[in-house]
Amino acid sequence: MSELTVEIDILRYRPELDSEPFTQTFEVPYTPELSVLEALQYIKDHLDSSISFRWSCRMAICGSCGMMVNGVPKLGCKVFLRDYYPKKVSLEPLANFPIERDLVVVMDDFIQKLESVKPYIIPGENKCLSEGPYQQTPEQMAKYKQYSMCINCGLCYAACPQYALDKKFTGPAALALLARYNRDSRDNGEAQRMKIVNQEEGVWGCTFVGYCSVVCPKDVDPAAAIQLLKVESSKDYLIGMFKPD
Amino acid sequence: MPNNTEKTYVRSHEPVFWGLFGAGGMLTAFFTPVMILITGLLIPLGIIDKQHFSYEKINAFATSWYGAAIVLVLVALPLWHTLHRIFHGLHDLGVHRGRDWQQVICYGFAFAVSVFVFTLLLQMF
Ligand code: SF4
Ligand code: FES
Repeated sequence: MSELTVEIDILRYRPELDSEPFTQTFEVPYTPELSVLEALQYIKDHLDSSISFRWSCRMAICGSCGMMVNGVPKLGCKVFLRDYYPKKVSLEPLANFPIERDLVVVMDDFIQKLESVKPYIIPGENKCLSEGPYQQTPEQMAKYKQYSMCINCGLCYAACPQYALDKKFTGPAALALLARYNRDSRDNGEAQRMKIVNQEEGVWGCTFVGYCSVVCPKDVDPAAAIQLLKVESSKDYLIGMFKPD
Repeated sequence: MPNNTEKTYVRSHEPVFWGLFGAGGMLTAFFTPVMILITGLLIPLGIIDKQHFSYEKINAFATSWYGAAIVLVLVALPLWHTLHRIFHGLHDLGVHRGRDWQQVICYGFAFAVSVFVFTLLLQMF
């Protein structure tokens, strides 16, 4: 093992012991290939077993390990100590979410937002099984594929200043998910979902800061999804003026 | 928790202001720098002959239908753009008190100046 070490500050909070979060510093042996998540595992195995954080896949698929790394929302498994060495690394729970314990946050509101956009295909006519599967051309698939890559990590909510100011805002990932279904040729639920989009809490809560797309680890580009939905919502507004529902 | 009762959705009127904001932003980005360049640099430096911008010429332009329309659009839309930004900027800065009044003052100002410019142009004819 190398002699080099790196200091890691972790914002800790144990609700049964601490009245407020505090910072604890750990020293971890440095290797360039060590991810921040692995550094946390090292701390848990060798330095302090009480530390809590979420993870599962270690390869940027499950979306569990979101945290603030030096103030920026990142996946712990997709960011490496070498990106910061020899500087200190500071780890905090995802911004804009209540802390459950140490680096674990309460994601209930986020999950509820995802559920609120009708994130499932709403078929038009009920096709009989014998008629075979729904077919899609590569072009039809390209229309929504990017927006279907979301892993629900919540980094974009930690990045969004509008969500920070107003928790009623539907937010980047949920709106990108909504766009994913609206843009799917097999779906017929656009009229239902536009009602969600058209609200103040829908796309109009967004002022196009764009940081969500910067931090997204899967290049979903939720900011683009929202701006395109704004155009749709404006069209819907015009149509609504002439034929109110 | 999944909610079984269908929620009531309230439509926002933001598309109107966003439309004006977008159009104004476009003009501000493309034309304002050109106008500043011409009136602020090229004419004072004598690169463009100031006779092209004499009172008579400008007056003739502003009193033609298309000229008046261009002047109105160039003044009004960037104004709607700016005040929309200020209105949302206040929210971003955490000024939460009297959002209704902020809205009335911001868009009211843009509206008032637009009407003012419109009447001003009209009475020049
Ligand atoms: S849109 Fe990107 S940042 Fe947001 S939850 Fe999905 S994967 Fe994470
Ligand atoms: S552990 Fe699964 S995304 Fe990082």
